[in-house]
Amino acid sequence: MIPVSKPSKRIQLLILFATFILLCFAISPSETNVLWRLPPLLKGLPFIINDFVRGLMFEWFPVQVYDPTIEDYESKPLFREITRAISGFVLFVIDLVRELMLGGKKTIVAFTSWDFIKENPWAQVPALPWTVIAGWAVILGYKLQGKRLAALAGFTTVYIAVFGQWVPSMQTLSFVLVAAPVAVILGLALGVWSYKNKAVESALNPLLNVAQTMPHYSYLVPVIVLFGVGDHAAALATIIFATPPMVRLTLLGLKSVPPDVVDAGVMNGCSNWQLLFKVLIPTAKRDVLIGVNQVVMQCLAMTVIASFIGAQGLGSNLMIALNSLKVGSGIEIGVCIVLIAVLLDKMSLAWAHKQQDYFVTHSLIERHTNSLLIVAVLVAGIIFAYIGTLIFEDGRNYLYLIPHNKGITTAQYWQAGVDWVWDAFFFALKGFNEFLITQVLFPMRDLYLGMPAAATFVLMMGLAYIVGGFRSSLIVGGFLLFIAFSEYWDRALITAYMASFSVLVASVIGITVGTVCAQTSITSKAILLVCDFFQTFPAFIYLIPVIMLFGITDTSVIIAAIVYATVPATRYTVEGLRSVPQVLHDAGDMSGVTRFQKWISIELPLAFPHIMLGINQTVIFALFMVIIGAFIGTTDLGQLILKAISEPQGTGIGLTLGLCVAFMGLAVDQIIRTWANDRKKMLGLA
Amino acid sequence: MPHQEAASKDRKPIIRCASVYKIFGRNAKSLLTSAGGVIDPKVAYDAGCIVGVNDVSFEVGEGELLVIMGLSGSGKSTLLRCISRLTDATAGQIFIEGEDILTMSGKQLIELRRNKMGMVFQNFGLLPHKTVLENIAFPLQVKGSSTADSVNKAREMAELVSLNGRENYFPRELSGGQQQRVGIARSLAVEPDIWFLDEPFSALDPLIRREMQDEFLRLQGVLNKTILFVTHDFDEALRLADRIAIMKDGVIEQLDTPANIVLNPATEYVRKFTEEVPREKVLKIRSVMEPVNPAEQLSDRSVSEDAIIETVAQLILSQDKPTGVVDADNNIVGTLHPSTVIDVLFGNRSQKPMQE
Repeated sequence: MIPVSKPSKRIQLLILFATFILLCFAISPSETNVLWRLPPLLKGLPFIINDFVRGLMFEWFPVQVYDPTIEDYESKPLFREITRAISGFVLFVIDLVRELMLGGKKTIVAFTSWDFIKENPWAQVPALPWTVIAGWAVILGYKLQGKRLAALAGFTTVYIAVFGQWVPSMQTLSFVLVAAPVAVILGLALGVWSYKNKAVESALNPLLNVAQTMPHYSYLVPVIVLFGVGDHAAALATIIFATPPMVRLTLLGLKSVPPDVVDAGVMNGCSNWQLLFKVLIPTAKRDVLIGVNQVVMQCLAMTVIASFIGAQGLGSNLMIALNSLKVGSGIEIGVCIVLIAVLLDKMSLAWAHKQQDYFVTHSLIERHTNSLLIVAVLVAGIIFAYIGTLIFEDGRNYLYLIPHNKGITTAQYWQAGVDWVWDAFFFALKGFNEFLITQVLFPMRDLYLGMPAAATFVLMMGLAYIVGGFRSSLIVGGFLLFIAFSEYWDRALITAYMASFSVLVASVIGITVGTVCAQTSITSKAILLVCDFFQTFPAFIYLIPVIMLFGITDTSVIIAAIVYATVPATRYTVEGLRSVPQVLHDAGDMSGVTRFQKWISIELPLAFPHIMLGINQTVIFALFMVIIGAFIGTTDLGQLILKAISEPQGTGIGLTLGLCVAFMGLAVDQIIRTWANDRKKMLGLA
Repeated sequence: MPHQEAASKDRKPIIRCASVYKIFGRNAKSLLTSAGGVIDPKVAYDAGCIVGVNDVSFEVGEGELLVIMGLSGSGKSTLLRCISRLTDATAGQIFIEGEDILTMSGKQLIELRRNKMGMVFQNFGLLPHKTVLENIAFPLQVKGSSTADSVNKAREMAELVSLNGRENYFPRELSGGQQQRVGIARSLAVEPDIWFLDEPFSALDPLIRREMQDEFLRLQGVLNKTILFVTHDFDEALRLADRIAIMKDGVIEQLDTPANIVLNPATEYVRKFTEEVPREKVLKIRSVMEPVNPAEQLSDRSVSEDAIIETVAQLILSQDKPTGVVDADNNIVGTLHPSTVIDVLFGNRSQKPMQE
């Protein structure tokens, strides 16, 4: 037997903590001491980025462009022309889709001119009656899964229409309908490319990591600078955010194709293209479609944030409602968003899991049932709409297009409810709020701010070294170094304290709930369903109830973060505990363990690596939420990002801040994930 | 080591391997050049390489069924993958119908695969999202045949492997044996001249395996293709092969007909396999018959030289005179004494003495 020569990990950890505490006490705050705070060497980075982008947009490579208004050639920078062209195209497509659904004139203008419209007032694209879209959604739901999905589709569309949110909902939907396919195709292409080319895969991996951990609205500023403000910019930002999961899942799916199937394809004489499109992608269909599902979810998650750069739809309406504290209508809009999110999620998942049916011979009617149904619904809807013009007064044709905010609304009831809660629990909530802030949060914040940089570095790099060796600690060190050299170290610490508090509470709740529910298979399935349901909510939704109860404070953000982040903690706990191999349960039983002993000595240790991966997710989620909570006026990085968006030189600042947040998440991710994977391998679970 | 490297004189060589090497590892090529053709597995391992195929040369004649047999790690699948060029050999030449496939361009290779080759895989390799019929028609679709033609041919093939009635099933709805039938039908759809089978029956239960072997022999009787069949099962090899190549550590230990291998194992390793084989189940009369002795009187019964000994042993033993052996034209070509048969059945073939 080879004797273990490394000192045991426990001793290493003890030494680490001892050193850390020593450093905290030894180094006192000072402006000049490098060990307290590193000099902001990267202070200039935002400006470098700004200058670079400005140069690119306004000066680089001028080309002659014909300008019809002055009927002469003008010199314009190439890059700008490219981005403007892209913007124009994207805007056109979005408007086209929108007008198909809601009616309008812009598409016709694109092909003719405004003068043409003036002369011919009949020239406009008619809207599709909402009944038609509702009918189509029901048919689609039924075809994809069955009665339940069809019922959900019906309920969602009717709800949206009846509550007067049709126009903004369709605006949001049109935005998703444009952004999602582009992200899917782009993700698929990149996924295939990295499957075929190992170098591309290694290069793409860190980029994807950063892209997925950067907060949503870091992307906004560079997109605004390059593409302007409006729906098209929002669509482009969404595409950037939604593509990484598609790339990852495509790659995963392609790698999981059984080697025999690939060999069979090759031996049957497939060319490269045939192999890709006839063998690889169809066999990987399930994972690819799960990627599509993720893309759609990301698109919806961006709705609110996209409203910052001028995207019309539910997102901007929600923002307006919340900002003016009209919580009632905010809730209604929130429900709309959630319903759409759940519906699209279930539809795309149903598509992914759908087993194909093969029919050999059909009569004409049978083969075209689908097309016939679609046309039938269209005709019926148009007839209804026409009848509607006869019944209802002008502008309020309920069978055609229910105008914005002219439907039923229950906002006043919600508002009344909120007011009642506010009145009834005011003192209790206020007391709790104050207690939390003064006794817990502020002391914690001071604790974090009181850490000298040297101590933080030692702690994080030390942990990384113990867990993953030299390479890990270098990676973590690199991430932290970037943040330390920027001007934002202190802000990062504030973000960190809020996130870590949330993570702590969320983990405790999540692991407890998860453990309890993992005991029987029924409760496990139930809690996983609940987790699925909550995870379809765009993060922003979580802020609505907490703003209601706690107003605009740090507490709201932390509580929202806790709720949001508990979901992955719960889910991974349940999954981890349920996936302990049955043979180990049996072995334990035959050794005569009590229930508790089994939990402590068998289930927890084996489930722990998986649970830690859940905690990893919890960290990311908590960070996200904390950043989003910047709306509520916290003093962390999120707030700075928000400010940066409104500044003209904001690109550089926004990107740098975004990178800081991303690197924080990635540093923690590096430590947790390396440890969990190692542990899994050791337990033979990998 | 006795190698019957060349194909039998009456068959022209369809597949010919000349000094094929396959070495895995980054230093493969340099190892090969420095070793000058003689690779020692231990030396290779120290250099960070693993030897898959080590200087293999042989031929397969037209219409011949060559079985490549070996245990895990012997290099048999690697050799097949080199010949089908799913993997590129490190060195050597592989001729298919006279052309060296290692120098072929991608396009030529695709043409070859679309028209001349068919392959059956251990884990079936069926496309899960296509029906049985669509799977069988796949190579035809890839080639560019019209849908009507592909479907017709596919139906024919399904009939050939007794899967008619299940054309619209998906692979997940079929048993292992049925899935492999689809694999077989698919590999035959383009009517290839050359048929590769990589442990096709290893993933099936023993009873089904026997059925599939019978099926396979029946098909070969009808189609008469040039076949390379890889297996780890010696009994399967004996049952099916015209010739067997036994591999160990990337080297062919013996390449010969089943009868010769059983009668004259070339190395200790081969002997381990043949020891347990009941010779009377494998050998034909031809291998053990004696020359005609004009002085002897023969019994009035006779046996064919091609018969397996086991099938006629009882007959010969019940005669009081030696039995005549006839060829296909009923001419007497040899005799067989009961004592010879007894020797074959019960003779001392292992060196180990009986325990008291």
